[in-house]
Amino acid sequence: MKFTIQVNEGPYQHQASDSAYQFTKSALEKGHEIFRVFFYHDGVNNGTRLTTPPQDDRNVVRRWSELGEQYKLDLVICVAAAQRRGIVDDGEAKRNGKDATNIAPGFRISGLGQLVEGAIQAERLVVFGD
Amino acid sequence: MSTTKKFMYVNRKAPYGTIYAWEALEVVLIGAAFEQDVTLAFVDDGIYQLIGGQDTSGLEMKNFSPTYSALGDYDVKKIYVEKESLEERGLSIDDLQHLTWEDEDEDYAEKDSIQVVTRAEMADLFADSDVMFNF
Repeated sequence: MKFTIQVNEGPYQHQASDSAYQFTKSALEKGHEIFRVFFYHDGVNNGTRLTTPPQDDRNVVRRWSELGEQYKLDLVICVAAAQRRGIVDDGEAKRNGKDATNIAPGFRISGLGQLVEGAIQAERLVVFGD
Repeated sequence: MSTTKKFMYVNRKAPYGTIYAWEALEVVLIGAAFEQDVTLAFVDDGIYQLIGGQDTSGLEMKNFSPTYSALGDYDVKKIYVEKESLEERGLSIDDLQHLTWEDEDEDYAEKDSIQVVTRAEMADLFADSDVMFNF
């Protein structure tokens, strides 16, 4: 089965990103395909490399980056949602005159069309959030 | 892209208080470019998104409710509002914006976009869709 995953909530405040990660990992381990993981609403906050969770807790952001690297996942952060919430890559920093970037390894920032395309291309869109 | 799917956008939350409603509308507007078979559903507090005469000046937030009246131009013709959700909140269709689309096959006649359906009918609409966007 080919899935697109949508993550609508940020890390730690809400379990949605944990559940999405566990679903994605399990699906991949069972041989399913993840077409794309799309981060929307506060879900874009899963893509900042500047989080420092306590050492005895899971590292939500790093976990996504590592899973992304292992399976060559397309981890996409919505640009409109990211601009509102301050998730920045090199291109966005240049375009909007920001003095820093914070995007985590393996993530990329792109448009909402990526979500719609993901919904069309996948057999199932699975949404994690409230 | 030749694939056409039945897209169901489910709007469940009030327009202000959280950003879900506004960012859901952004998906609908962008998604229109992909020429899918689009349906919008408004249930629970989501029906407040369509209330007429909204004034957000006291909130210092942008009033995005006029955007819904542009949906017809984006080829969004099917907007379903759940009857029970209206009744539970003491509302009727008369409290909602009048949303229309123009039927180019009938000399651009204006037609109503909003239909009130029961909870059971809404469940059938959900079951009949290919993709559920849930906001």
